[in-house]
Amino acid sequence: MHAQVQTQHSGGSLRFNRIGKTFPGVKALDGISFVAHPGQVHALMGENGAGKSTLLKILGGAYIPSSGELQIGERTMAFRSTADSIGSGVAVIHQELHLVPEMTVAENLFLGHLPASFGLINRGVLRQQALACLKGLADEIDPQTKVGRLSLGQRQLVEIAKALSRGAHVIAFDEPTSSLSAREIDRLMAIIGRLRDEGKVVLYVSHRMEEVFRICDAVTVFKDGRYVRTFDDMSQLTHDQLVTCMVGRDIQDIYDYRGRPRGAVALRVDGLLGPGLREPISFDAHKGEILGLFGLVGAGRTELFRLLSGLERSTAGRLELRGHELKLRSPRDAIAAGILLCPEDRKKEGIIPLASVAENINISARGANSGLGCLLRGIWEKGNADKQIKSLKVKTPHAGQPIKFLSGGNQQKAILGRWLSMPMKVLLLDEPTRGIDIGAKAEIYQIIHNLAADGISVIVVSSDLMEVMGISDRILVLCEGALRGEVSRDQANESNLLQLALPRHRAGGVAN
Amino acid sequence: MMTTQNETLPTERKPLDMRRFLDDWVMLLAAIGIFLACTLLIDNFLSPLNMRGLGLAISTTGIAACTMLYCLASGHFDLSVGSVIACAGVVAAVVMRDTNSVFLGVGAALVMGLIVGLINGIVIAKLRVNALITTLATMQIVRGLAYIFANGKAVGVSQESFFVFGNGQLFGVPVPILITIVCFLFFGWLLNYTTYGRNTMAIGGNQEAALLAGVNVDRTKIIIFAVHGVIGALAGVILASRMTSGQPMIGQGFELTVISACVLGGVSLSGGIGMIRHVIAGVLILAIIENAMNLKNIDTFYQYVIRGSILLLAVVIDRLKQR
Repeated sequence: MHAQVQTQHSGGSLRFNRIGKTFPGVKALDGISFVAHPGQVHALMGENGAGKSTLLKILGGAYIPSSGELQIGERTMAFRSTADSIGSGVAVIHQELHLVPEMTVAENLFLGHLPASFGLINRGVLRQQALACLKGLADEIDPQTKVGRLSLGQRQLVEIAKALSRGAHVIAFDEPTSSLSAREIDRLMAIIGRLRDEGKVVLYVSHRMEEVFRICDAVTVFKDGRYVRTFDDMSQLTHDQLVTCMVGRDIQDIYDYRGRPRGAVALRVDGLLGPGLREPISFDAHKGEILGLFGLVGAGRTELFRLLSGLERSTAGRLELRGHELKLRSPRDAIAAGILLCPEDRKKEGIIPLASVAENINISARGANSGLGCLLRGIWEKGNADKQIKSLKVKTPHAGQPIKFLSGGNQQKAILGRWLSMPMKVLLLDEPTRGIDIGAKAEIYQIIHNLAADGISVIVVSSDLMEVMGISDRILVLCEGALRGEVSRDQANESNLLQLALPRHRAGGVAN
Repeated sequence: MMTTQNETLPTERKPLDMRRFLDDWVMLLAAIGIFLACTLLIDNFLSPLNMRGLGLAISTTGIAACTMLYCLASGHFDLSVGSVIACAGVVAAVVMRDTNSVFLGVGAALVMGLIVGLINGIVIAKLRVNALITTLATMQIVRGLAYIFANGKAVGVSQESFFVFGNGQLFGVPVPILITIVCFLFFGWLLNYTTYGRNTMAIGGNQEAALLAGVNVDRTKIIIFAVHGVIGALAGVILASRMTSGQPMIGQGFELTVISACVLGGVSLSGGIGMIRHVIAGVLILAIIENAMNLKNIDTFYQYVIRGSILLLAVVIDRLKQR
């Protein structure tokens, strides 16, 4: 039996000594050495695939390093399992939280060592201990609530409380804010600040620059599994320097924006209403225009796309495509009209994982290129797949490779290839570069620009401010299911976009 | 740019990828191996009479498994096929008794299969009811109808020309075996060379993505079940012809044999993986082993245990392979 609040583990720095990790055929980490000091929040940054997650998995005991060692204070650690890691005072708060939704907060907090006598759980003691755990962190959470009823931010707090109740000294956060609201982020930041003041070692993995600059005391940058550099003095560091260090080149050339003449109206949205939209939405998208749609999580961006792509039916309003009224009852209607969507969640809604790259590219266009409406034409199938793979630079050993073995960026390119095989008028891109490394990002921006130059109307939803500002000709801002404003490219900056995107009543507090 | 340094444009397909080759063909090779082992170890296994029996044993399962492949590949399955087989035989026998027309009898049986398949398909695709529950219900309904139509007992057939389906021969090969081979070829071709076949695989692989890619998901599903109903009825007609009567109690548990055969051959229960050679392999292995056990006079009770163990072993191996 464990004592309810365990002994605090000894302080000291967390030291990575030439940590290496090799998977069959891949060197995921190569001789990583750096130190994270107690009383500091230490950011780990790098593109996807740079090795941050692998390092956290080693820290959490999920992976055993192939070489090198971890030190906490004076002690050298050799974690064989997650239990070893937890026992040594390490807590890794993962993106996907490890809580049981159908059990109460209190049960989750003490899962594995519930206070019990003769196998019977002592509910009173459990409640007391849970309240003690949550105190100061999340006083409003009732320990009796089922975790499934909590918001994501609250669940994260429960996870933090769990870590603290086990006396964690090293706490690592993996992309903790990716699905939090602005207010929840503020609260998390405050808690992380407190952990720092209590002398904990805090590791913070995030892609979001503004958070790193807001909360972190040091940044270590990784690239391709190698250590690049540690910045100890954040006041001397600029945003661009950090990005340049991560990418190995200047930020401007990623977007490679080139102006284009704007054509006639392609898609006219007039008073559109539907599930997830609070007010009727009207806007025009022109031929050859890249229209950015910015908004926070829950602003209704994805919902708007579901209406435009026929996945959801609108309850009011009308759509006009190049002067003709459009009625969408299914994705097939939208596709037939030339409105094509690259969905936000590639794995769930985009790719067919076990099918080949060629299958994934040809699936939509093959109907129109088959004999008698159903017989596949082998020459067309192979020709089209090869053409798209080549022109989009999809990196795959061959067209028959199951697409799930490709990287996110190459999967996204294959989905773009699927739509490039079709007659296209409007392209809807929902978070087109989420989870994609910067190299592939630049290629995707290139493709977007080329499409616009060919007269396609491209609408891009993104929660990445830099991206929206970097590629769009014009930006629409959504907030809580309503269109909040329109900003032209030259007027757009981080603060006016955020001002529009933030719900009015708390706009002031979170803007920087 | 970081991507330019190791730019690898798609290279030509490698001549032979051992791993993929094994994944695709291993069960068919196993079936051939088992066949060869039986020829060596069991007397009379290769005798014309036994080969004929083996072929006939494969035929009913094989025909129904062809379209069960489509149900499984799309991520569903169909439990009603055993009942459809019985009911088709009964309907054919009853209609022939009353109208004296073989054409009408067979036609009525196939239409019955089509209707059951359409109901399954529409309820599953349009009303989004789970395939397990839907086909569990139709399985019982159709079985009940078979008994009702037959008045609870076998209905004899007297039309000689009807027996062609079950007992006829072409170049010395029994007609049911020929029909089975045609089904294997046709449905194998259909799966790989038509939009219908590829859409079926896409739906099983990721229904959401298929929908967003413009696949007509509902219609494809309805067709899958409708075709399965018709082909199940065809298998029932052939069986009735072989037995010269429509028997309402026949084919109990047959749906599970068909699903076992598919899964044994390598078709995934969760959809998206399946090839006709998987089906052929599974059907062959099950039939050869059953045939061998009969020749060796192994008690029926033990046969159940052995068949179950083989299935369990096959799916465990499949699971381990995916690690």
